[in-house]
Amino acid sequence: MKNFPVQRRTLVLLAVLVPLLVLFVYVALRSGPLAPIPVTVVTIEERAIAPGLFGIGSVESRYTYRIGPTFAGRVKRLDVQVGDLVKGGQLLGEMAPVDLDERIRAQEAAHKRAEAQLGEALERQTYARTQARRYEQLLAVHSVSEEIAATKKHELRVAEAGLAAAQEELLRVRAERQALVAQRSNLDLVAPVDGLVAARNADPGTTVVAGQAVVELIDPNSLWVNVHFDQLHARGLKVDLPAQIVLRSQAGEMRAGRVLRVEPMADAVTEETLAKVVFEQLPEPLPPVGELAEVTVLLPPLPAAPVVPNAAIRQINGSLGVWQVINGDLRFTPVSLGRGDLEGYVQVREGIKAGDRVVVYSANTLNRRSRIEVVDHIPGVRR
Amino acid sequence: MISLAGRDIMHSWGKFVFTGVGLGLLIGVTLSMAGIYRGMVDDAKVLLDNSGAQLWVVQKDTLGPYAESSSIHDDVWRSIRAMPGVARVANITYLTMQVRQGERDVRAMVTGVTTGEPGTPGWPTYLVAGRQITRGHYEAVADIASGFKLGDHLRIRRNQYTVVGLTRRMVSSGGDPMVFIPLKDAQEAQFLKDNDAIRQQRRRTAENPAFNRPEVPGLLDAVIASQSVNPYVNAVLVQIEAGHTPEAVAESIRRWKRLTVYTRSQMEEILVGKLIATSARQIAMFLVILSLVSSAIVAFIIYTLTLGKIREIAVLKLIGTRNRTIVGLIMQQSIALGLIGFVVGKITATLLMAPIFPKYVLLEPLDSIIGFAAVVVICVLSSIIAIRAALKVDPAEAIGG
Repeated sequence: MKNFPVQRRTLVLLAVLVPLLVLFVYVALRSGPLAPIPVTVVTIEERAIAPGLFGIGSVESRYTYRIGPTFAGRVKRLDVQVGDLVKGGQLLGEMAPVDLDERIRAQEAAHKRAEAQLGEALERQTYARTQARRYEQLLAVHSVSEEIAATKKHELRVAEAGLAAAQEELLRVRAERQALVAQRSNLDLVAPVDGLVAARNADPGTTVVAGQAVVELIDPNSLWVNVHFDQLHARGLKVDLPAQIVLRSQAGEMRAGRVLRVEPMADAVTEETLAKVVFEQLPEPLPPVGELAEVTVLLPPLPAAPVVPNAAIRQINGSLGVWQVINGDLRFTPVSLGRGDLEGYVQVREGIKAGDRVVVYSANTLNRRSRIEVVDHIPGVRR
Repeated sequence: MISLAGRDIMHSWGKFVFTGVGLGLLIGVTLSMAGIYRGMVDDAKVLLDNSGAQLWVVQKDTLGPYAESSSIHDDVWRSIRAMPGVARVANITYLTMQVRQGERDVRAMVTGVTTGEPGTPGWPTYLVAGRQITRGHYEAVADIASGFKLGDHLRIRRNQYTVVGLTRRMVSSGGDPMVFIPLKDAQEAQFLKDNDAIRQQRRRTAENPAFNRPEVPGLLDAVIASQSVNPYVNAVLVQIEAGHTPEAVAESIRRWKRLTVYTRSQMEEILVGKLIATSARQIAMFLVILSLVSSAIVAFIIYTLTLGKIREIAVLKLIGTRNRTIVGLIMQQSIALGLIGFVVGKITATLLMAPIFPKYVLLEPLDSIIGFAAVVVICVLSSIIAIRAALKVDPAEAIGG
């Protein structure tokens, strides 16, 4: 009885110290570098995967018509606004003719003058021919001297030359007038095809240089997506493959499309392959030209083969492989990889087979001596 | 043989244990401090490991890409790839910025990685959920320290990214979580300004008569287009073919490409020796201060405990106890206090402090052993004052007081 208080005290002390020691040993072994690393494991299975190619591009119009004057000048009027639908041959606007109308009128006057001169020359030639014939008959009966008859013949030839000159002059003046008229009509800005006015770059009064576009027309039915694929992800890209197009303004809404052509010229600077993808059915309303679009091209499925998630692939000393779990132990198995799909599955050509168990996720870098603890999901990951 | 120290502790064990727990909390802080330093060094090493590179090719005469900014053209990799001994190369960009998700934003180091096949340098080396990036645009792999989860939509500049994978322990040297995005997007994010700034820049260019010349239509568009590209990356990561040494390959790149190249050991020196040197010194200072405070506290407690039983010690002396026994009594108590403190400290550091600390805390077993030895030494030294006091006690006090 005498020892009891001491014993009780000892018990209480033990009750405090023993859990503390147990906790200490637990802490020393189960946390920090000595603790087992939680990993998740997946069993390899054979599956068919369908690789996909992902690129981004912008909506572009296949045909763009830049309409502008062929001479430098000032815009006189412009009848269309952006968004207008126009017909082929429709007059869109006109350049200021400056003095062209006056020059045409001057040419018309010159034309009349040339006609009058032609009449005069004709008259001279008729008179000269009559005179020449008369003096020829008089010479035959020796009523006039030979010299006078020769003079009349000469006058006839001069009159004929004058007539020819007047005729050519008339042609010249007429052609010049036609040239001016043609120039005048060239000042009209005319739509070459049916289309949509996409841009109106100048307003009446603006001076534009030759070749500068005043109005830009696009063919709204020819919209396509000019897609850039990173060359690393362009394998298998070819014409007529189905594609899914997501416009930036309509995220989440996929539109069917197909590859119209793969450009023979790649972009050497950005290391991208270019392709044109058309909509199977044009979106309504039409997307603006220049809108960003994400395009996924679907390649035909590959035959079934063992696949691993790409998160399982690790690199050790320059060789790719997976951590295989055999009887609870880790073994690094080098693998040779085939193609992968956009969901992150990669085909394995050799190294592992269906039924093998490999590490997918781990809470830390693994090595051959790592102790592992297989879990459903890595602790700390919010889901 | 009865243990005088044990008996004495038993006599007032509650006080003793609680004092030990208090000391333990202090020791826990000290251990955490060491752990924080180890964590910083480990973060730096993990940052280098994660890049998967053996060589870092950066702008000439810079300490890039981690310690200093570096920018090189994004086609330099081609000529480096052609150097003998180079197995794999990849461009990489690093930019610390705010990443938005809904209402909140997280400071993160956005890393632009070259997309391609698994094993490309720069890719996260292991994941804890999801998958690696497979699309060349608008996908992200984020560190769980950022708080993002799979399927979250992040906003970096004007583009939206979907989180497809999660990593762990991938942080910058400053402790910011890393967010991996495809290189092309990252280049754009580095350069891309907000839309207002872009419009202002366009207007500025358009108002410059040198660029906006009516007789050269299209010049303005060309100038604006040339202003809107970013053909730069921060570094090129290089992996060496088997049979070549990193030093030799680095030397030939330095010589022929006139770029600065760092090997793994040089990079580690830059990160540990330069980038975290100040923080490391701070922590070392704290460690010294905490050790001094701990020893002062131990000395104070033991001294108080000894003074509290001065009469008993006098009695012991009176009955002819040897000095060695009295010294043993005090020193054993001191060490016992230290032991309790160490155990409590180790437990609190591991279970309470390390998990909630915002940065990674690495508690190395070796550090714990050194810490243990230090605690014992400190306790022994701290008991000296108390021992002196006990030895000076006059046995007459046992009857005098």
